[in-house]
Amino acid sequence: MSVTDLGMPAFPAAAARSTRDTRLRANLRHATHTIRDKRARAVGELGDWAQLRAAGRAVKDRTLRHLDHYLERLEEAVTAAGGQVHWAADAAEANRIVTRLVRATGEREVVKVKSMATQEIGLNEALAEAGISAYETDLAELIVQLGKDRPSHILVPAIHRNRAEIRDIFRSEMGDWGRPAPDGLSDRPAELAEAARLHLREKFLRAKVGISGANFMVAETGTLVVVESEGNGRMCLTLPETLISVVGIEKVVPTWQDLEVFLQLLPRSSTAERMNPYTSMWTGTTDGDGPQTFHLVLLDNGRTDTLADTVGRQALRCIRCSACLNVCPVYERAGGHAYGSAYPGPIGAILTPQLRGTASELDASLPYASSLCGACYEVCPVAIDIPEVLVHLRERVVEGGKVTRGGVKTVIRPAKGHAAERAAMRAAGFAFGRPGLLRAGQRLAARTRKLHPRRLPGPGRAWTDTRDLPPVPAESFRDWWQRTRGGEQGGGRQESGQ
Amino acid sequence: MRVALFVTCINDTLHPRTGRAVVTLLERLGVEVGFPAEQSCCGQPQFNTGYRHASEPLALRYARVFRDYEYVVVPSGSCAAMVRDNYPRLGEKAAAEGRGSALTEAAAEAVPKTYELTEFLVDVLKVTDVGAYYPHAVTYHPTCHGLRMLGLGDRPRTLLSHVKGLELRELAGAEECCGFGGTFAVKNPAVSAAMGADKTRHIQETGAAAVCTVDNSCLMHIGGVLSRQGSPVRPVHLAEILASTEGNVL
Repeated sequence: MSVTDLGMPAFPAAAARSTRDTRLRANLRHATHTIRDKRARAVGELGDWAQLRAAGRAVKDRTLRHLDHYLERLEEAVTAAGGQVHWAADAAEANRIVTRLVRATGEREVVKVKSMATQEIGLNEALAEAGISAYETDLAELIVQLGKDRPSHILVPAIHRNRAEIRDIFRSEMGDWGRPAPDGLSDRPAELAEAARLHLREKFLRAKVGISGANFMVAETGTLVVVESEGNGRMCLTLPETLISVVGIEKVVPTWQDLEVFLQLLPRSSTAERMNPYTSMWTGTTDGDGPQTFHLVLLDNGRTDTLADTVGRQALRCIRCSACLNVCPVYERAGGHAYGSAYPGPIGAILTPQLRGTASELDASLPYASSLCGACYEVCPVAIDIPEVLVHLRERVVEGGKVTRGGVKTVIRPAKGHAAERAAMRAAGFAFGRPGLLRAGQRLAARTRKLHPRRLPGPGRAWTDTRDLPPVPAESFRDWWQRTRGGEQGGGRQESGQ
Repeated sequence: MRVALFVTCINDTLHPRTGRAVVTLLERLGVEVGFPAEQSCCGQPQFNTGYRHASEPLALRYARVFRDYEYVVVPSGSCAAMVRDNYPRLGEKAAAEGRGSALTEAAAEAVPKTYELTEFLVDVLKVTDVGAYYPHAVTYHPTCHGLRMLGLGDRPRTLLSHVKGLELRELAGAEECCGFGGTFAVKNPAVSAAMGADKTRHIQETGAAAVCTVDNSCLMHIGGVLSRQGSPVRPVHLAEILASTEGNVL
């Protein structure tokens, strides 16, 4: 993934830092609560939401099961329509292909439609190294790029910024990239949007190369689809001479009819709109209309490996709506940057450790970046059971096991740093397997309860730093039962024992 | 009716009042309650932290210990959800790993008879007025596993609405997680504490004297934050409110 993600601290440390940032907390709280309430209303309008959700899940699952077939059909259709298809096994290969394609045009500038796939592979950084400037044209991506920042949300990449911060960024940075911000720019949304519009228009009109992702690819006709709100995408998709689309292989759907499901599920889940303002579709090339050269770069980058995992593969159903981010209490406090990848929030916590593996400390910490409250599963429009995958990946972290990396089945070791926890789990398992021992422990704890410290050392400190411990009662329940009922059993039952 | 109490390891060790309240309540409703002492833990802490294999013997034990009972009543939404949602998964995975069908059989035995307390009262005993008396303003926090995995719905609120003297205060952001999440509270202490702080702020804003849930694990976290803040709001398990009567106000 992106080079800027390397060297990130593990999630708990990064999240601890952001929870102390009161302005960030306030920005996130306001934005996520606004979107989540609107989403609930927009979804509530449809009487058949549950069926739509089931249909979305079924279409994705069926397509993923036969992914090789649909990708081949897609390639044939794109090629027949005048496009060229390139296959990229990983981020480096995708970046090499795109860089080569841009260089072949002789251009040093490209305009970009907001794209998660290019964020994932760090394309802008790779192009910059090759001396090519990539201009983001989505308003929020523009804010992030001008602010030398990273996106922190899938749908609202600058969710962590408020209006005053955005005005300051525009005032100080726009001039370095092109048309400067108008004098006396205020933080009124209309003025900010107008400043961005003027700045971007120069870019659209000058650009010879556009780079996009796609929300969907229709296999039967080789059509790509981008769903957006601002119209900047349509400018990038139609004005340049050359269009390069970088798309994850899981984005294919078999037919146009399948789109009907997703074009209902996606806008209501993401922006809480009944329909998004712009849905752009492009199929190969057409003489005299739109880009005359079209390249599709199909990106794997860990997706085939993810597909090999029977529990984890459901993450590939994701349509990047970000509903799970907006309801996640952990995301709301930690912010998107703490997840250390293009994909923050609950979906990032299950997708990133599958695409990248769990070798780094950060990636191994992501499956634990959740209280398993289940709110994400409840809102997911394609019914990804995120808690199930989180627990599945936790097992991979602490126990290791069989995984597929780079197309090869391999056995990985447990991640480092879980030895004490494993020992504690074993000790607990030992005691729980022997209720007599459990009782002895309870009695010891009860007898010594006056001596228990208010603040715990070691890992327990994490608890007692902010919370009091419940006092240990003088008598456990099982002792009370035995004392008052005069025996181990009640209800006249004979225990078979062991 | 042969009913067993699965008290859960946290209630057994740290919150014995809750188990006693369930016994008092069920016996008041004419139910004969058994407590097989061979019970221990449902395996949720192990399972949710990634130690699936360590939870397997506990699932097998659960099925064996409660084999002869018609119903198992659990005063914990998350432990009931562990049995109902995750025991079948344990069975599937063990079978897929070529380790036979013992866990699948255990799950098939355990799942249909396991009821969270409010489910047992409303669905099995068909009672919503348990004759309780609790003269306090109370707010109810629906715990995540009770809310989303078990789908308890209105059951707890319906039971509370029939408690004499009780004034139920609505909680803002009720369906948001309190931040406990088992080992999450220790692995991500900053986020857990921030979530707990927001939850307790909403609880205090209700002006209620007590906050109740169907899960002492969440309540241990909420109560711990309230206690550290010096708040007078009492954390109380729903069972203790339902066990309280005019003759014996708990």
